Amino acid sequence: MSNEQIKNLEEIFEARIARDEKIEAKDWMPEKYRKTHIRQISQHAHSEIVGMLPEGNWISRAPSLRRKAALLAKVQDEAGHGLYLYSACETLGISREELYQQLHSGKAKYSSIFNYPTLTWADMGAIGWLVDGAAIINQVPLCNTSFGPYARAMVRVCKEESFHQRQGFEIMLKLCNGSKEQKDMAQDALNRWWWPSLMMLGPTDAESVHTEQSMKWKLKRKSNDDLRQQFIDQTVPQADILGLTIPDPDLKFNKQTGSYDFGAINWDEFWQVVKGHGPCNKQRISARVAAWDNGAWVRDAAMAHAAKKEELKVKIAI
Amino acid sequence: MKSEHLYNYILGIADNSLILGQRLGELCGHGPSLETDIAGTNISLDLIGQTRSYYQYAAKISGENKTEDDIAFLRLERGYKNVLLVEQPNTHFGYVMGRQYLFDVFHLLLLQELQFSKDQTLAAIAKKGIKEVSYHKRFSGDWIKRLGDGTPESTAKMQEAIDDLWPYTQELFDMTDADTAMAQEGIGVDVSKLKESYYKQVKTLLTQATLEVPQSTYFSRGGKNGVHSEHMGYLLADLQYMQRTYPNMEW
Ligand SMILES: [Fe+2]
Ligand SMILES: [Fe+2]
Ligand SMILES: [Fe+2]
Repeated sequence: MSNEQIKNLEEIFEARIARDEKIEAKDWMPEKYRKTHIRQISQHAHSEIVGMLPEGNWISRAPSLRRKAALLAKVQDEAGHGLYLYSACETLGISREELYQQLHSGKAKYSSIFNYPTLTWADMGAIGWLVDGAAIINQVPLCNTSFGPYARAMVRVCKEESFHQRQGFEIMLKLCNGSKEQKDMAQDALNRWWWPSLMMLGPTDAESVHTEQSMKWKLKRKSNDDLRQQFIDQTVPQADILGLTIPDPDLKFNKQTGSYDFGAINWDEFWQVVKGHGPCNKQRISARVAAWDNGAWVRDAAMAHAAKKEELKVKIAI
Repeated sequence: MKSEHLYNYILGIADNSLILGQRLGELCGHGPSLETDIAGTNISLDLIGQTRSYYQYAAKISGENKTEDDIAFLRLERGYKNVLLVEQPNTHFGYVMGRQYLFDVFHLLLLQELQFSKDQTLAAIAKKGIKEVSYHKRFSGDWIKRLGDGTPESTAKMQEAIDDLWPYTQELFDMTDADTAMAQEGIGVDVSKLKESYYKQVKTLLTQATLEVPQSTYFSRGGKNGVHSEHMGYLLADLQYMQRTYPNMEW
């Protein structure tokens, strides 16, 4: 194809997106579009499956049978999200094995929030309430993103994430209506998860890359700082209902803007964790690598078995 | 209490679901593929759901102010009545599927009889469980076939698991006092009568999976009477952690 032809196709392509048409996997797309989407969707998929680990950590210790069942169901939902997102990513011409390789080697990123440890039962509440809450704010705009398979996956994922968010809040509410130990546990969890949740919405706009192109492709519809403000404005009143204190002495409602002003985020901590030096980065990746390596013989056996059955079918047919 | 035997009988069934559900829950996020993680979690969820129905019923007939969680979390190790098979650890995926299948075959046979119990509540729980457990059995049986008749490595690993788990199978058919009393009243199932069908099914599947049927005639038992393996204390330490650390609270 000549450069002229490619330019022409690109113009048609951008025009389709501008008209709000969905791009499907079989459609022609610029190489950069494909690569950007592989990166973003796989990063999202990895976040779902790494995110299973900190919560999985409490399945065996859940405090009641009802909570154990709900937590199992939640972690299972996250596995399901991982599955749809990997499938959406595979439509762009990359295999799941390759995607896992990128995760295991550290080449691909996942949401940094999952590099923090889950130390008490209240962390199950805080994660649902804050982390799923922030994820929804990030993801609702993606339900209208330009790439069809991603947009459709997001519709389904967002529905489940809002269920998780309510469930997390309900865990917190129960703790906050409970004994002093329970309330302290809830406050401690909020103290530990608040700032990382704010960081989850991404670096501040001044430092954020790729934004303009992403806006055009509807991979991003609002800036990180706008999303963060939305999250804070939504969450502070919920903390009030719980009777918990947000660990930010500078947090104050601003009558002029109708939003909450908040204190400085420790971006050094954010970059430290992104670069692999958070409290659990190594542990999370080793757990994924161990699951994959220890499962190799199982996956090989499944393939070998399927091949034998295929051979048998052919033999019978002959 | 309305009936000591009925209470113990219900726990004898429910504890197997609880402990196996707990074991499967430990694996979530660590399995060989996303698909097996999802399926394993699903089975765990079914088992915990069944456990809750049984314990809620047991709590009601206990006549005391008990809840399902008191029964699940606040007994001493000697009070748990699950068979040794279900508390065995997740040594590797072959053990997980082996343990599952060796239990599922029994579990389905049990529920297929229990659905005709004179006790309406037990009959209803059993009826609901049959659909779930049929799926469990298909899932675990399919995996045994894949692993048994897969690669030389997987055959060896699956055989190792079956050999190690085999000695725990006979206990499934032991009759406790509660079993005998409840079977006589038409409420419980005479599990000793399930044995023949059980071994026939298991042997057929192992043969299909190109695995050897273990010849050992030495069997371990004790779980039904609360005499467990060394693994059990650790499992309970996890299971009971919150309820023991923070007594008398709501979650
Ligand atoms: Fe998710
Ligand atoms: Fe997500
Ligand atoms: Fe979620």
